[in-house]
Amino acid sequence: MVSSASPESPGGSSSRLVVSIQDVTHRYGKVVALDGISLDVPSGIMVGIVGPDGVGKSTLMALVAGSKKMQQGRVTVLDGDIADARHRRAVGPRIAYMPQGLGKNLYLELSVYDNVDFMARLFGLSPEERKVRVPELLAATGLGKFAERPAGKLSGGMKQKVGLCGALVHDPDLLILDEPTTGVDPLSRRQFWSLIDEIRAGRPGMSVIISTAYMDEAQQWDWIVAMDAGRVLATGTPAELMARTGTQDLERCFIALLPEEKRRGHKEITIPPRPAGKAELAIEADGLTCRFGTFTAVDHVTLSIERGEIFGFLGSNGCGKSTTMKMLTGLLPPTEGTAKLFGSSVDAGSMEVRKNLGYMTQAFSLYGELSVQQNLVLHARLYHLPPDKAKARIEELVERFGLRAHLDALAGDLPMGLRQRLSLAVAVLHGPQILILDEPTSGVDPVARDSFWELLIDLSRKQGVTIFVTTHFMNEGMRCDRISLMNAGRVLAADSPQKLIEARKADSLETAFIGYMEDAIAEKARAESKDAAPKDAAPARAPEAPPPQQPPAARRADRAGLQLRLGRMLAYAHNETIQILRDRVRLAFAFAGSALLMLVFGFGITTDVENIRYASLDMDQTPESRAYLEQFSAAKPYFALTPPAQSSDEALRRLQSDDVSMVLEIPPRFGLDFRRGSGPEVLAQVDGAMTFRGDTVEQYVQGVHNRMLQDPASGFHSESALKGTANIEERFLYNPTFKSVYSIVPSVPALLLLLIPAILMTVSIVREKELGSIINFYVTPTGRLEYLLGKQLPYVVIGMANFFILTALALIVFGVPIKGSFLTLMLCTLFYVAATTGIGMVTSTFTGSQVAAVFVTAILTIVPTIQFSGLLQPVSTLQGGAGLVGSIWPASYYMHASLGAFTKGLGAGLLMRDVAFLAVCVPVLLAISVIGLRKQEK
Amino acid sequence: MNSLLNILWLGLKEIRSLLSDAVLVVFVVYAFTLAIYVQATGTSSEVNNASIAFADEDGSALSKELLNAFYPPRFKLPELISPDEVQASMDRGRFMFVVVIPPRFEHDLRAGRNPDIQLNIDATAMQQAGIGSGYIRSIINDRVSSFLKRTEETGPKPVNLVVRKLFNPNGVSSWFKSVVAIINQITLLTVVLTGAAVIREREHGTLEHLLVMPLTAFEIAMAKVWANGLVILVATGASLLLVVHMVLKVPFAGSVVLWFVGVVLYLFFATALGIFLGTISRSMAQFALLIILVVLVLMLLSGGSTPVESQPKWLQYVTYLLPARHFVSFSQVIIYRGGGLEAVWRQFLMVSAVGVGFFVYSLSLFRKSIAVSK
Repeated sequence: MVSSASPESPGGSSSRLVVSIQDVTHRYGKVVALDGISLDVPSGIMVGIVGPDGVGKSTLMALVAGSKKMQQGRVTVLDGDIADARHRRAVGPRIAYMPQGLGKNLYLELSVYDNVDFMARLFGLSPEERKVRVPELLAATGLGKFAERPAGKLSGGMKQKVGLCGALVHDPDLLILDEPTTGVDPLSRRQFWSLIDEIRAGRPGMSVIISTAYMDEAQQWDWIVAMDAGRVLATGTPAELMARTGTQDLERCFIALLPEEKRRGHKEITIPPRPAGKAELAIEADGLTCRFGTFTAVDHVTLSIERGEIFGFLGSNGCGKSTTMKMLTGLLPPTEGTAKLFGSSVDAGSMEVRKNLGYMTQAFSLYGELSVQQNLVLHARLYHLPPDKAKARIEELVERFGLRAHLDALAGDLPMGLRQRLSLAVAVLHGPQILILDEPTSGVDPVARDSFWELLIDLSRKQGVTIFVTTHFMNEGMRCDRISLMNAGRVLAADSPQKLIEARKADSLETAFIGYMEDAIAEKARAESKDAAPKDAAPARAPEAPPPQQPPAARRADRAGLQLRLGRMLAYAHNETIQILRDRVRLAFAFAGSALLMLVFGFGITTDVENIRYASLDMDQTPESRAYLEQFSAAKPYFALTPPAQSSDEALRRLQSDDVSMVLEIPPRFGLDFRRGSGPEVLAQVDGAMTFRGDTVEQYVQGVHNRMLQDPASGFHSESALKGTANIEERFLYNPTFKSVYSIVPSVPALLLLLIPAILMTVSIVREKELGSIINFYVTPTGRLEYLLGKQLPYVVIGMANFFILTALALIVFGVPIKGSFLTLMLCTLFYVAATTGIGMVTSTFTGSQVAAVFVTAILTIVPTIQFSGLLQPVSTLQGGAGLVGSIWPASYYMHASLGAFTKGLGAGLLMRDVAFLAVCVPVLLAISVIGLRKQEK
Repeated sequence: MNSLLNILWLGLKEIRSLLSDAVLVVFVVYAFTLAIYVQATGTSSEVNNASIAFADEDGSALSKELLNAFYPPRFKLPELISPDEVQASMDRGRFMFVVVIPPRFEHDLRAGRNPDIQLNIDATAMQQAGIGSGYIRSIINDRVSSFLKRTEETGPKPVNLVVRKLFNPNGVSSWFKSVVAIINQITLLTVVLTGAAVIREREHGTLEHLLVMPLTAFEIAMAKVWANGLVILVATGASLLLVVHMVLKVPFAGSVVLWFVGVVLYLFFATALGIFLGTISRSMAQFALLIILVVLVLMLLSGGSTPVESQPKWLQYVTYLLPARHFVSFSQVIIYRGGGLEAVWRQFLMVSAVGVGFFVYSLSLFRKSIAVSK
């Protein structure tokens, strides 16, 4: 591997330093991640930052890469202050940063090629350069044949290689890799390191800073920075450090470097032998297989574990360990095979089995928002421990697991080591006979890991608890009674660790594992066909092409700045487009969703009040009263007669239960009074609960009554009453039939073209924040405007496509014609969609999770759009806050324009005010988003 | 018994989680206070501030009096425009109504004729156009007849019509709007809270953890139903008391207890809907998109925005299956009309039936989704 060239002493002249850190402190809320760190990193060598999770390694690397905003102190990278935005822009292309987490900065929907190509575009490589460079890199990393596979369907090791290609695409001078091999299988890890070695051999001047939690990896590197609790413990070559502490390997060395109070109580783990004799079988699995579609996650796993045994499952992320566990716990029904715990089969419903089972999921699966105490009490209750017994048991566990000092802390705020102890405490709370632990120690520091293992050993040896544990730490594998090595869903070998090493004649478990893997791959290759290349793993030391050398930086310089910016913007637009096209749900929502809603609204919202159910209450029963009532029953389609009411009580009751909306009451002696000419009174009782309907009914009743008085044929006509009244002639402009479809249908697009683009836009940005791929924006020279416009472009196109779909529906399904200027409406739509996606951008700047983004965007947009934009009542009639919102909300203007163009038949001139307002909205919203968008992580 | 206890403890946990999320709490509070106040008072289906103009070709004392008959708050002060401006000003959207008074109007009236007044209406503003034109018509008629009475006799009418509006005699639209606003917020927030709770547990891996314990899917789902339902119920009660009763002073004609029984029934449906949506969507983003589709449909077709009777017949049969429609309907009966159980039991039954059916269906999906969760 790496030749341990000993570097010059780090205190040399500043030109020999690649990174210089002075008094850097970084806090997350109250938690101090970095505590006054000062550090000089020599250039041109391979530097390892070692330490467990949560000690500040990632924070430090993100600060150096310029992806995180500096809080306090100064970091000089490549001879300039990295807090200075101009310096970041200048040196950005010389730094490559690969964040922690498997494929965290990859776009999972995009293919391997597209991912690397996207990074190349951001760094301004021309299409010709990219066509050469990207395939070169893919070939060099053995990814050539997977170029078209979506990144989401790669194994962890391959994802990391894609990430590395993306980082190397622009030939950086400083390569920053944050835990690149965590969760990667041993073979892929070895391949990864040899790849790094070869790249360094080709570019000797390149500095590499790598962090890792696997101490054994760092053994080979040039220079080590050991970190703990936000501080630097020691720096030096591995040999120096080991000599200083008098230890044999880095892990022990690291423990020796820890401050006294942390080491207290730590001792080398000793595992007492298991009591001899054949114990009963606790866990039996026979031919367990699990398939998801065509993908086989677990392939015929057979194992039997005795009571009290500690059985380890070793393998990389995604090799099928967790799926096997889920089948054993009954979470997942096996596709084939059986699983038994203490002889009884685990069915998804069996409560008895579950009471005997303690389980720790891979991710921290307790409630982070509850305190330690609350978590323990909740579980005691759910297992129905009697209160006094539960109290005693919790006391006992708190004592034994050292949780006393943290009882009131929120579980989510605990450091990893404590969290895992709490998870274990919860898992054993009810005294289960079997413990199933899924990677319980990943991300825990060596001391805490050892104390965790002491607890496990104690449970196994003293209480006879069977422990089934998965891990990817080889030294933990060594502590198990038996282990099975797993890869790609299959168990490669299972036995006690010592026997496995002896069987392969290897020097360590890791080498033995790699040996088994290579055998399995070779066997598979033979089985498939002679010439087919091995899947997912080229032989460790045979990359297919030498690492590419020619630095394109020189050629890049002569491309104009504007062209570069445009290129990056289009790169984001292209990226976003592919992502949408590959996400069927979002795609369907974007197109089918708006069409569906248009149909629902168009048919569903109507203000045409017709067929009003009414009853008569005729207390006169004369020909005159019947004649009067007849006028109403003839007024179709406005009124619909129901059986007459017999009493006032009945009338009221029917009004109350919404059976009728109006009761027409004719008083006694109506006919007599009419004949006498003394003007009898008829009472119309109208249901006013729903005010709009009540008002409309009132108008109708008045209308029928008035027409009766004017119509000589009605019998209630009176010349003298009509004398000297004006004849009011109503002209319904734009909508002569007064059908609401002509007013509603053109208004609905204003609603849909706001909600859907705004939500899609905000989700697309916040999603990147949540999944981590936004780091690409932080660490590449991409400007805010380029980023936003690039992401916006596809959604504007989707919005315009929607506009045409909605217009087609209006014309064909609803028969609402366009009477005015369609071209102006199109222009208006373009600005409108640009503005509504802008609203989505604005909400994305202050929301951190997709949940919040959707919630906030929905609440902020639905109400003003439905209530204050003229959909239900004209903006000019709104009052107070509602009026103010209505007058600046873009939907008001678009609704006016849409109505104008469809129903009112307005020409271009009369729509210009709307066009102008919407055109102004676009840059305003964009400016707010640009200001609100951070170019660095907080 | 154990099962009930499990549901209780899990539900308490659910409430603790919710209360510890400051953003969600703030939004629930906002949605049930300020948002309701703004919706109830800001919009009204009454004619308010309607813009009106006159083209007066008569210039008589009567036509001037007619002009003066229109004033705020129902109408803006009328503007005087020339007859040839009518079409253009309507096109520009300056006025909703333009009244054209012909030459010799007063003279013709005095001569016992019935001269024509032209009333131009912007018929794209549906709600206001219909009601507003009615107002204008009756205002003009009243003024004309009282003007003439001063100078000469007009005969009495053969029949007089008295219209009395029940349940909301003054037609204050905030009465209706405030309750509809509460109903809409109940729908939106219940679905969002419950669905998000399901997805959050799945994403954080705590759901798996629960399923390995001796708990059933029914208990887990039921805990979410009661916990989220209770939060919304409390918010609804507070909103009804503080915003609707104390600030907006909407009288409550019927039994408050009866209404809350109805709310509980509806919450059962809404939480089940939340679980359903949370189960079928694979990520928060998908959930969000589904919410938009479902909640908008529930809000707009419930009869809270426009009357159900106005929907096409075939759609009315479809919306009969929407509990939201029955919720709006029985709320009107209880709150304004003072109806008792005998007036609303059918709606209660329908809401419960759909709620239970949906809950059972969601539960079976929930179980299945857990089985295949990877």
